[in-house]
Amino acid sequence: MLNAKIPEGPLQDKWRHYRSTAKLVSSANRNKLQVIVVGTGLAGSSLAASLGEMGYRVTCLCFQDSARRAHSVAAQGGVNACKNYKNDGDTVFRMFYDTIKGGDFRSREANVYRLAECSANLIDQAVAQGVPFAREYSGYLSNRSFGGVQVSRTFYARGQTGQQLLLGAYQALMRQVAAGSVSLLPRHEMLDLVVIDGKARGIIVRNMDSGALERHGGHAVVLATGGFGKIYYLSTLAMGCNGSAIWRAHKRGAFFANPSWTQIHPTCLPQSGDYQSKLTLMSESLRNDGRIWVPKGREDHRSPNEIPEPDRDYYLERRYPAFGNLSPRDISSRAAKERIDAGYGVGPLKNAVYLDFSRAIREQGKPKIEEKYGNLFRMYQKITGVDAYQQPMRISPAAHFSMGGLWVDYELMTTIPGLYALGEANFADHGANRLGANSLLQACVDGYFIAPATIPNYLANEIKTGPIPIDHPAFAESEAAVRERLQVLVNIQGKSPADHFHKTLGAVLYDKCGLSRSQGGLKDAIGKIHSLRDQFYNDLLIPGGIDLNSELEKAGRVADYLELGELMCYDALTRNESCGAHFREEYQTPDGEALRNDRDFAFTSAWEWAGIDKEPILHREPLDFEVVTPTVRSYK
Amino acid sequence: MRIQLKIWRQQNRSKSGQLVNYDLPDVNPDMSFLEMLDTLNERLVRQRERPVEFDHDCREGICGQCGMMINGRAHGPLSNTTTCQLHMRAFRDGDTIYVEPFRATAFPVKCDLKVDRSAFDRIIQAGGYTSASTGGAPEANSIPIAHDVAEAAFDAAACIGCGACVATCKNSSAALFTAAKITHLALLPQGKIEGRQRVRRMVRQMDSEGFGHCSNTEACQVECPQQISVLHIARMNWEYNRSLAM
Repeated sequence: MLNAKIPEGPLQDKWRHYRSTAKLVSSANRNKLQVIVVGTGLAGSSLAASLGEMGYRVTCLCFQDSARRAHSVAAQGGVNACKNYKNDGDTVFRMFYDTIKGGDFRSREANVYRLAECSANLIDQAVAQGVPFAREYSGYLSNRSFGGVQVSRTFYARGQTGQQLLLGAYQALMRQVAAGSVSLLPRHEMLDLVVIDGKARGIIVRNMDSGALERHGGHAVVLATGGFGKIYYLSTLAMGCNGSAIWRAHKRGAFFANPSWTQIHPTCLPQSGDYQSKLTLMSESLRNDGRIWVPKGREDHRSPNEIPEPDRDYYLERRYPAFGNLSPRDISSRAAKERIDAGYGVGPLKNAVYLDFSRAIREQGKPKIEEKYGNLFRMYQKITGVDAYQQPMRISPAAHFSMGGLWVDYELMTTIPGLYALGEANFADHGANRLGANSLLQACVDGYFIAPATIPNYLANEIKTGPIPIDHPAFAESEAAVRERLQVLVNIQGKSPADHFHKTLGAVLYDKCGLSRSQGGLKDAIGKIHSLRDQFYNDLLIPGGIDLNSELEKAGRVADYLELGELMCYDALTRNESCGAHFREEYQTPDGEALRNDRDFAFTSAWEWAGIDKEPILHREPLDFEVVTPTVRSYK
Repeated sequence: MRIQLKIWRQQNRSKSGQLVNYDLPDVNPDMSFLEMLDTLNERLVRQRERPVEFDHDCREGICGQCGMMINGRAHGPLSNTTTCQLHMRAFRDGDTIYVEPFRATAFPVKCDLKVDRSAFDRIIQAGGYTSASTGGAPEANSIPIAHDVAEAAFDAAACIGCGACVATCKNSSAALFTAAKITHLALLPQGKIEGRQRVRRMVRQMDSEGFGHCSNTEACQVECPQQISVLHIARMNWEYNRSLAM
């Protein structure tokens, strides 16, 4: 039933073949076609700008007060691209293989190959926009290495690579807004998808400043709304990041793939109290020069600088000598959790490990470290009050990236014709674990290169459709449903604010569906989420009405999380293996490494919505490995 | 620690606003300023009162969405720090803190501490880009850029668009914001081609939005979370004059 529409032919020819045979829309017809793009992060901005440049009419919206603020802005470390500028043996195939392996052989070969293939062009495009990547004294672009690979293919702009790439895309978008091809709606939130005769035909949005509901029609709808890691409440994501757009699309028929695969990032600032609203990420690039350790003794109360070398356990270097501190994220996070759970954690709450720069500062000098990571050290000092040039940082794992998302085919189209999902909102490229610096890459490649080539293949059949009538009954039905849902939330008038439910849900998910999962724990979590949902609809308290009301915005997102969280648990429960970020306690080797099961689980789980309080329906997309042979993923 | 807050409450643009007192008897010094406001809002919600509306998102100092006047300073008492990166340890037990929106003609108040900063987007729309459409870019290393030039361009490009420079300026000038983008693109070979019309259009847009002129008090760079230098304003003026002369 699921057709990924992977083109015929050898792996390295598939994308070229697709582009040569996909249908085109002539430039004279493009202004008859309207595309709605939800989200202005890297995927959304780059797509909206590119479609605008091509001559399509685009409506683009974001919940932030400016398109420049989408959370891509916060990505620090870098963006991977296969240029082989370092002459260290990098090739498209090697990048493809690293990504497939990093994802623990749970992604589609054709998609991943295309990602690697398009990566070099992205650097060209960004440089042409004026993105100030780091450069050598020769004037040529500089690279560094990132977790999980042995070549240096990561381009970076200090610790603000996401910001600089996003500003490049944002500026391209602003240029199209000025040109009149893109109409931009900041402070607007998508609350429903409108489906007419089986095709995505528009969305219902809420103007967050006035509370007014609006109808927008389009010949195609693109969701570039990012990840849903904020479901854990404490996460590295922005406060406004949410899963509502993709969840509402899911309830309208789009399948949701691998929802439980959430990357828990190893290098974040630890929680220090109940009031805490987020866990700030410290870029993984720090692991290039920082060494991770905990004391060898359980109750070592000395300050870190007083603990001598023989009393330190550099556990990543010990367990994974080949990759050491640059081991992939899932492995590093789990190793940290293992040490913390075993009682070796550091800091007042014993919930952290040390990330130590003393050797790097000794060997390279403070100015060099400052040039590479200055802004990160400053940020660390602002938040914690500690100078990391003088003593090690304290870090701990936190929810970060959603490998799961809406199921999409090779064209990035969901199971609803005309509805696309790009960037982190889809599931496509990272398998069960994403490599560092591949998320900016995927968002950009989806938005600049892939969707602008695949969406016309669909739009070519829409030229005669004419404008989408927003007075169609389907729009009225969706708008009424949205209005009723908002009114239901406002009318509950119980005793607890939305954050209370969000924090409770987050704690359940961290405990039962986080770094480590078990059958018993997941079943328990499903029960808990059920009853939490009941409490939510009996006890939620929102002051005020459906006009400008940030509590209502939060409550709407939490209502969706309370359904999505349950799906995550079902997903984790049905996957009886350990792979990447998904570690089932029942499936591990005697020395605690993940035990994958390729015979029974080499598939993508794509879930169909069956209705509230009904078990979701599982569909399987088999993963056929024609080129690579899945191996045990060893970083030892 | 005990904190007294005096917060600007204004339901919408057409209603008048006023400072309202709130007493927070038990504030943890490790809380961020925004988490302190979260705590207040949770209390207000439980009392069925309208919570304080304020803009915020990433809470790691990079998205530029947060920003308020705290005791009369944009983003509060620390220099070069966003509101979200300000922690309560910067205050003392018993302090009274005045919290107001960023105020400028070009930043009208929406609600409480939320203001409309879309004027910044329109300044960028006027020319803050290179006209490099997707697809036509040459190989990235075909244009070498000296390390120091790239670093200097980055220093300017680091602007997060928060608006603290405008809020802190007695003239409500957007000169630092506008100059940062002009410098970023003027330094790079990719940006030089459209340099002359860019500076004219962006300056014209800045003026038409109702921002004031720069009178070189340099207050903006004290508050700028990215430490953007006022020297960029000198470069903007130079680029502007040059564009008129040529």
